[in-house]
Amino acid sequence: MSREWMTAFLGRLALQDVPVEEQSPPGLAPARLLLVRAEDWGRLAQEARNWECRWVAGFGEDTGEEILVNACFEREGSYFMARTRVPRATPLLPSHTPYFPVADRPERHTQDLLGVVFMDHPDARRWTRHQAWPDADYPLRCDFPASGRLPTSTTPPDDGYRFLQAQGSGVYEIPVGPVHAGIIEPGHFRFQAVGETILNLEERLGYVHKGIEKIAVGRDAQGLARLAGRVSGDSTVAHAWAACMAMEKAAGIEVPQRALSLRALMSERERVANHLGDIGAILNDIAFSFGYYQFTRLREDWTRLSYQAFGHRFMMDRVVPGGVAADLAEPMADAMRRQIAGLRQELKSLYAILDDYPSVEDRLETTGRLDPQLARLLGCLGYVGKASGHGYDVRRDAPYPPYDRLKVEVPVYQYGDVAARMKVRAQEILVSLDLIEQLLADLPAGALRAEWRTPDAGAEGLGIVEGWRGEIVTYVRFAEHGKVARFFPRDPSWTTWPALEKCVRDNIVPDFPVCNKSINGSYSGHDL
Amino acid sequence: MLRVLAKIQKIGIVTEPLTVSETPALEAVGEQLKAKVGELFSGSLAIRQVDAGSCNGCELEIHALNNPYYAIERFGVHFVASPRHADMLLVTGPVSRHMEAALKRTYEATPPPRLVIAVGECGANGGEFGVSYASCGAVSNVIPVDAVIRGCPPTPLDLMRGILEAIGRLPRSARG
Repeated sequence: MSREWMTAFLGRLALQDVPVEEQSPPGLAPARLLLVRAEDWGRLAQEARNWECRWVAGFGEDTGEEILVNACFEREGSYFMARTRVPRATPLLPSHTPYFPVADRPERHTQDLLGVVFMDHPDARRWTRHQAWPDADYPLRCDFPASGRLPTSTTPPDDGYRFLQAQGSGVYEIPVGPVHAGIIEPGHFRFQAVGETILNLEERLGYVHKGIEKIAVGRDAQGLARLAGRVSGDSTVAHAWAACMAMEKAAGIEVPQRALSLRALMSERERVANHLGDIGAILNDIAFSFGYYQFTRLREDWTRLSYQAFGHRFMMDRVVPGGVAADLAEPMADAMRRQIAGLRQELKSLYAILDDYPSVEDRLETTGRLDPQLARLLGCLGYVGKASGHGYDVRRDAPYPPYDRLKVEVPVYQYGDVAARMKVRAQEILVSLDLIEQLLADLPAGALRAEWRTPDAGAEGLGIVEGWRGEIVTYVRFAEHGKVARFFPRDPSWTTWPALEKCVRDNIVPDFPVCNKSINGSYSGHDL
Repeated sequence: MLRVLAKIQKIGIVTEPLTVSETPALEAVGEQLKAKVGELFSGSLAIRQVDAGSCNGCELEIHALNNPYYAIERFGVHFVASPRHADMLLVTGPVSRHMEAALKRTYEATPPPRLVIAVGECGANGGEFGVSYASCGAVSNVIPVDAVIRGCPPTPLDLMRGILEAIGRLPRSARG
């Protein structure tokens, strides 16, 4: 992890008369905090792009006196957080979207929730806000009550959103959702199609916005961990870990070694469960029932052992501030080893079938192709990035304990089709099985949980983990008496939802379900 | 093809019998449950699932009902694509305000007689999210609810027992 580029980067900014004040709040370490003036916000992004930094996350905070705006960047495994401040009455700021397309929706989210106006943002439409609050209100501002201000009548449907439309002979529009035909989260997809071919797809999300950032305010650490574990239920372990990591760093608490290893073990179990289920679901979407039943059977076996070992099928509420709430008994460790051996055998035979099956090949190869260049522009994370040439994995590239002691292999493919996104998952399962075996072999003895210590008022922390969908970045700031002042969980789906819109172009409408499943963005994790 | 058949042969049928339980999985909220409605649906039940703001945990367990272990279709229960085809709505989540209208429309589009089961802590009482500027809370705050299956999330077994209780299809011995 070279820091030389950072020094050169700051030098370059100084040359352009962009003053930067560097700070090192302990809770953000090893990331540094760079304070810049509001008028330089755009130039900072421009320079960051010149230095091939990745735009990681962006969010704001109302301190009561002014609005802070943050943007997190990464390069070669080193993160930094840029911060500026704008007055509450005239919260104008240059946009980062012209330099980093992935900043598009996060900035519109900050606009809807805090009222910050990104002046040169290319898309003036609201994003997260539907009709639950008027455009004069900003839910994340201090003076907005968590209970809201609207009268208690039915919130009207969001009919006024302008979608991009196509014109021409034979072009028609297909609106899908928010209620979808299957058992799946709600969102709206607006297709422009000719015959069966998709000309364009536009998403409209925000249907499951639950005000998570607002209802986090005033919670204690335990309460925040519970909330974080429900940002995206399928990623409950990873999100709880990221939130607890942020809180522990803010409070200066060191988590015991055994707890860290158990967190990793649970996190790898979560990864395997979701990948098994997803492979089954992808195969179901191409009507390969055999594959669907075999993989959902394996997922069920895996989930049941997680329940036996840790008391919850998804291990929800097992990662807690300071450590973990459940221990691993030796017989359970043995059961896990046996399960892994059995699963490897099963997967060997199943992968051989999938590799060779003509109809599977026919449906999955070249379908939903995401070009590597586009994937890089969109900042795609997780298996979506890895299938399109971009193998960023926090466990390997910015390791956090216990991954600093483990070697994590990252499968990367170039073609970026549905087949590649399935293969990445198939390989990641095998990598996780290896990691679990290593974790079991080296499981340290000791405490499960460090004693909680009330963090100082104003203490902030950053938690970064590799969830099964990719990098999760979580920010926490405390107010007095250990109450949360700000909670921002950045789910990796923010980077993959835009990729779905692009990868379905020129595919047929009936292939949309399998394309969507291959990307599998979290709706709840995105909408907050 | 031969490998596929060989695998099917080797694994066999893993579907588990539904065991008897003392405690009911379902909390009946309305009187309709005990009335004739259960008898009407005991032949087969078409369910429309509606995610009204859940974190997706409940959805994963509802999906599991169709895996080979639980195989809910053997009881004549199946999931359908449209509320027009449905006898029952299975609703999850603390009803985000952005889903309020869609949930009401889905309910209105379901031809009577119809049952509504609210699923999970969120569906039951708003769960971890409660009532706020963004969420309505319990499903019963928005549409009439006949029964509730608690849990965070409820396990597939909780769900299956709850659904079967709702339609009077539990195995004889469990109804004591």
